[in-house]
Amino acid sequence: MDLKFLTELNAPAGHEQALRRVLLEELKNYPGVTTSIDRMGNVVAVKTGKGAEPRKRVMLSAHMDEVGLIVTSVTEDGFLRVAPAGGVDPRVIISKRVTVGDDKVPGIIGAMAIHLQSAADRQRVLGYSDIYVDIGAKKKEEAEAKAPKGTYICFDTDYVEFGDGYVSAKALDDRVGIFNLLRVLEDDYDCDVICVFASQEETGCRGSKGAAFALKPDIGIVLEGTTCNDLGDVPETLQVCNTGAGVCVSFMDGSSIANRNLFRHTLEVAEKNGLTHHVKRSVSGGNDGGSMQRARGGIPVVVLSVPCRYIHSPSSVVKYSDVDSQLALTKALLKSI
Amino acid sequence: MFDILKKVLAPVGPSGLEEPVAAAIRAELEGCVDTIETDAMGNLFCIKQGKDPNGKKIMLSAHMDHIGFIVTGYEKEGFLRVTNVGGIGIDVSLTRHVVFPSGVEGVVVCEPVQGAKAMKNLFIDIGAESKEEAEKLVKLGDVAVYANDCFRLGENRVASPAMDDRCACALLVKLMQTIGETKDTVIALFSVQEEVGCRGAKVASFAKEPDVGIALDVTAWGDTPEVKIPAIKLGEGCAVKVMDRASISNPALRDELLACGEAAGVKTQREVLPFGGTDAGAMQTSRGGIPVCTISIPCRYVHSACEVIDMRDMDAALKLLTAYLKK
Repeated sequence: MDLKFLTELNAPAGHEQALRRVLLEELKNYPGVTTSIDRMGNVVAVKTGKGAEPRKRVMLSAHMDEVGLIVTSVTEDGFLRVAPAGGVDPRVIISKRVTVGDDKVPGIIGAMAIHLQSAADRQRVLGYSDIYVDIGAKKKEEAEAKAPKGTYICFDTDYVEFGDGYVSAKALDDRVGIFNLLRVLEDDYDCDVICVFASQEETGCRGSKGAAFALKPDIGIVLEGTTCNDLGDVPETLQVCNTGAGVCVSFMDGSSIANRNLFRHTLEVAEKNGLTHHVKRSVSGGNDGGSMQRARGGIPVVVLSVPCRYIHSPSSVVKYSDVDSQLALTKALLKSI
Repeated sequence: MFDILKKVLAPVGPSGLEEPVAAAIRAELEGCVDTIETDAMGNLFCIKQGKDPNGKKIMLSAHMDHIGFIVTGYEKEGFLRVTNVGGIGIDVSLTRHVVFPSGVEGVVVCEPVQGAKAMKNLFIDIGAESKEEAEKLVKLGDVAVYANDCFRLGENRVASPAMDDRCACALLVKLMQTIGETKDTVIALFSVQEEVGCRGAKVASFAKEPDVGIALDVTAWGDTPEVKIPAIKLGEGCAVKVMDRASISNPALRDELLACGEAAGVKTQREVLPFGGTDAGAMQTSRGGIPVCTISIPCRYVHSACEVIDMRDMDAALKLLTAYLKK
């Protein structure tokens, strides 16, 4: 199962069915892995360790869901009014192609044409009250039949490999993590490995919260895609991390401060094994690390991220070598526990 | 109590890196309590078993962590770029002396800015002359805090950074040292990561399942020129919280604590804080819910390098809490 296939699946926050079905089927091919599904829709794959008891229980989390839009109403003319499901900047989605609902009805994100805008309009940033999704419906009834309120909308973007080992696709945050969780399960470890393919991270780490409570891990490792900001005009001190520099290890973000011993241990494992890696230089954003850390009586967590440009947009960009780097450090870290 | 206060103010302990504070507290309480434990997040529990097997479990929480500056990058000239851990005020930080856990010292400086200053305009000068030299001294993710500078102010008052919440740590240490036998089990929680959202107290209260939770923390002041809210004065006794943004105190527990203050013959103030929060918020919503209240030490200039408290308010809190636990 490759990254292209995974990013082309639609799994907006709260509606991860398509990816969940594929994962449940795929995980049948993994010997020694027990798979289950919980009531938040998390897929949990457990591989018992080879080490002697008592073994550490290590929970790895990558989130299935991607950011998208959700239909809030339909206009008399048959256009869909929408709200974001997860953090989507309305400035980066205008004129983009989308698919609406499970039947993947084609749509376009529309806004007032430049011809009709006043000078003042052109100075203004368009928000969700200004944009709509056009599915080519003639009138309200036709649109409502195809896209009733609550229907999810996903970006319709091709997976493209380009340049020096770069990949552009939708949903790289966090299909890179999902891709690597599957690859993690190909190896054997001394510790018990509990892979959580989590739901609803983009709307507030809701899936992993229940999973961490139920699974009672000793240690948490989060595989994420993180914002990168390594663009030409951004001063180096304001860049967050860099594509091509390998997996990115976080000391702190908006949702958790890394357990210092685990953070240091992770860097030591990377150095000892000669693995490319770097330290994230910003504390922005949040992820499943926060919900895992504060489950029950508290759990040490560390976050390993793939640097991702234009994250949460229809066309995010990662470097493939960074995806492999996340896998390498995750495996090495698991083997050190 | 001043001696204990000085000892717990001294360690460098930003949010997420509280071990040195825990070590200082542990040294004070070894032998005074039945058990001392830590958890995965670094919370320190010092527990005295109650003599009544049907007694309650009362959790008293004081947070060890201190707001700070976390290193996010380097300038080629050797300056450190930083962002805040917890609520750092920019104006009160300018040209302040800061120190890293490693002992490296620095000064917080702001680049020339037109208009409002932001965290991204700040840097720390550690005396390094190149990026390479700075990288050797300080790693990405290291955290600096306002350097310890504790001094007496007048007859009764003490100024220091980290008074929020080390003064309550000192109070709780003193309480555990002096309380003797109690009917109920007393769990002294020295918590971590309060300043970033009461994260330590959340997991601690889940783990220990207390029947009652009382946070010990500082509160803001309303007794200096042009400051009117909250109606709290230094030297007028400890404050018993009615409400802040994170919790509404359990009314029965609040009134019981006020009555204990009266019985102990100490001054108390009722506190309504229209902002802020304490570990009580995290404890209250743990599991099926826990009755909570906060005993506050009035503190001027909270979240600055000169936080001022009145030792008479510390004594009032000690007497009130002793009366409560001895009931």
